[in-house]
Amino acid sequence: MGAGHAHRLYRHGHSPVHTLPPHTKLAAAFAFVVVVVSTPREAMWAFGLYAVLLAGVAYAARVPAGFLLKRLLIEVPFVAFAVLMPFVAEGERVDVLGMSLSVSGLWGAWNVLAKGTLGVAASVLLASTTELRELLLGLQRLKLPPLLVQIASFMIRYGDVIADEMRRMRIARESRGFEARGLKHWGVLAKSAGALFIRSYERGERVHLAMVSRGYAGSMPVIDEVTADRAQWSYALALPFAALVVCVLGWAL
Amino acid sequence: MGSVTASLEVSGLAFAYPDGHQALFGVDFAVARGERVALLGPNGAGKTTLVLHLNGILTGGTGTVKVAGLPVGKQHMAEIRRKVGIVFQDPDDQLFMPTVREDVAFGPAAAGLRGPQLEERVDQALERVGMAEFKDRPPHHLSFGQRRRVAVATVLAMEPEILVLDEPSSNLDPASRRELADILRSLDVTVLMVTHDLPYALELCPRALILSEGTIAADGGTGELLSDDTLMRAHRLELPFGFDPRSVTAVTTPR
Amino acid sequence: MHVPDGFIDAPVSAVTGVAAAGAVAVSLRGARRELGGTSRSSAAESGGELTAPLAGLVAAFIFAVQMLNFPVAAGTSGHLLGGALAAILVGPHTGILCVSVVLLMQGILFADGGLTALGVNITDMAIVTTVVAYAVFRGLVKVLPRTRRSVTAASFVAALLSVPAAALAFTLLYAIGGTTDIALGKVATAMVGVHVLIGVGEAAITALTVGAVIAVRPDLVYGARGLQQKLKLRVNGELVDVPEAEPAPVAARSHRKLWITGLVTSLVLAGVVSFYASSNPDGLEKVAADKGIDKKAEEHANADSPLADYGVKDIEDARLSGGLAGVIGVGVTVVAGSTVFWAVRRRRTNDTSPAGTGV
Repeated sequence: MGAGHAHRLYRHGHSPVHTLPPHTKLAAAFAFVVVVVSTPREAMWAFGLYAVLLAGVAYAARVPAGFLLKRLLIEVPFVAFAVLMPFVAEGERVDVLGMSLSVSGLWGAWNVLAKGTLGVAASVLLASTTELRELLLGLQRLKLPPLLVQIASFMIRYGDVIADEMRRMRIARESRGFEARGLKHWGVLAKSAGALFIRSYERGERVHLAMVSRGYAGSMPVIDEVTADRAQWSYALALPFAALVVCVLGWAL
Repeated sequence: MGSVTASLEVSGLAFAYPDGHQALFGVDFAVARGERVALLGPNGAGKTTLVLHLNGILTGGTGTVKVAGLPVGKQHMAEIRRKVGIVFQDPDDQLFMPTVREDVAFGPAAAGLRGPQLEERVDQALERVGMAEFKDRPPHHLSFGQRRRVAVATVLAMEPEILVLDEPSSNLDPASRRELADILRSLDVTVLMVTHDLPYALELCPRALILSEGTIAADGGTGELLSDDTLMRAHRLELPFGFDPRSVTAVTTPR
Repeated sequence: MHVPDGFIDAPVSAVTGVAAAGAVAVSLRGARRELGGTSRSSAAESGGELTAPLAGLVAAFIFAVQMLNFPVAAGTSGHLLGGALAAILVGPHTGILCVSVVLLMQGILFADGGLTALGVNITDMAIVTTVVAYAVFRGLVKVLPRTRRSVTAASFVAALLSVPAAALAFTLLYAIGGTTDIALGKVATAMVGVHVLIGVGEAAITALTVGAVIAVRPDLVYGARGLQQKLKLRVNGELVDVPEAEPAPVAARSHRKLWITGLVTSLVLAGVVSFYASSNPDGLEKVAADKGIDKKAEEHANADSPLADYGVKDIEDARLSGGLAGVIGVGVTVVAGSTVFWAVRRRRTNDTSPAGTGV
């Protein structure tokens, strides 16, 4: 679970990457990550090339490097895990700076670090160039079950409302001199969570009434359709295709 | 009342919830086309229950509800829900789509409207509540008053026969309150306004109904009802401090 | 616990992806049934229409609750995962849907959890936690006396077990598709050790939250609906608080016997299997290698055998690599993990929270 859930990754802009239809971007990001994950870890140069490809996308999308790097922090817990790998893994060992390290552990650490980082970077680029709403439309276009898209869209719509309610409850607690400091205060927090659940559920019931009142009968009316022409698709898929070439070379060499 | 052109006719409506609690005990009234009527009543009088009957969300009791002559029932449900536009109390419940535009489009789109016609309908509705420039905003970035106005637009976009407002003035600051009143006054639809806000009812609705203990206890000119101290006290309705309905003359007449 | 890309190899990611998609598809159907029966929804309106708004709001709730920090000790805090809570409050299908949607959105919007690891993450955190929690919860509710306190107690145990269960499931996935050959015993010990601690927090908050909801709107607690209906019928009939009537406890006891027998049997089985397995480590090892995919398919149906499996491997690996190394490795993982978390969390603002997970 990372920080910043209250702050979206999206950066407003009008770059060529921003204007691509959302489903092409989703497909491209996913395909890219799949290719990266299936690359042999011994082909270290391939990962360098992937990074260059992503840097190219970031440049085209005008996403500053600092922004991208800061978001990579979300990976930190797994970096810690990766750093430990050479120490705890099995197999033959080498001596580095007087420490006995496992060879396979070193490869493993490299593998997780390289692939994980590229994966996070690709997701960050996707999220920072695509609006929330567009992402939902894209998912819908990619044939995710409509009910799932609806649930996701309600979650996005009411996530802030409920987070606000939670914040107000916290302020109300604190204004009465309460500060959660230890185990004995869990009860109070849980009561807040319980109240929050009841409020959320009852709001769900009211939202349902409001929807039914406007003619909802189980499926969302289609208001916006996103479409992509061949040029947009080929533009978006340039990234995974370039990556695929690198990957094939990585296996071949 | 009860004429051929009545927008809404309710007769003998009684209803009990599945848990046995009875909320309505025979409600009778009619609202003529173009009228603006206030439905007043203390907490727990059955106002919300009544509102949910108007578009068939609650059914199964006795009595009938007719909208523009059409009985509320299973066979006309889609039509009824298009004709009765309910604006709920909390605009956050009503605005469930990611953007203002999509939310306003939801009702007409559910009724089958598409493309440029849909866009036109959305634009008109937003124009009427003065929110056209907020079209592409997500609802939670708007002020409460703005959200309430968008909520009215979501219903107007369905071109309803009758607009039903549940506590429209609640949580509004005086300016938003006045803006909403101006909007409601400018609309050319039948309005049933459910409220506690007696001065607001007096300002907007020439006629009022008092719902108390599940029946209509009084029906008449809003000014007259509010001036009847005994009636008001009998139904737990209190005017705000210093407000005298007799001294207010600016009640508009229906067209 | 959000697994990034590259942590689990491609075939296992793909298989878990398919498994996750299947489970979500089943849940989409199941959720329609679950979300139609509260006292305030009329029979006419129940069914598919209610699913989207209610599940959406519950997902938003889970999303928000994951931001609710609970203080553990000086300076450190954890947060809810929410799988058990969702399963008990709205039912297992809706629970799976809600947590899956939360994970999907976290992956796409916040780059939290890899896109190719989505299947792994959903299987692990949405499906395993929810299914384990709900199974344990239902089992306990049947066994325990029919009171509200039992529901709270059952919630506690269910949530407590659900978190290490997810850790075990992760270890299992790692065993099959991990990209580094770390001794499984170490992974299992580290994961389960850390997650038992997290589980305690999860359990306390879950139980207290369920208790708070039961006190106000018991009809909303899906897992306690059976309990509630019985009470209501009697009260409505007489308007008196009728003490335990005769027929109900009899029926309950026969069920109770069944459940107790089931629990005891599975415990005994687990013990026998692990004993047998420990005398025959090579055989099991071979099975794990040869039939990786079979085992995967079984993983939530058959919770006992993986447990036994890990017990064995733990011992075996401890023999091979020396117990000390394992213990040190685990300790360092835990300390490093929590230190990094602590440091990172310190730098972040109050309204957000890092995971309580150490690994």
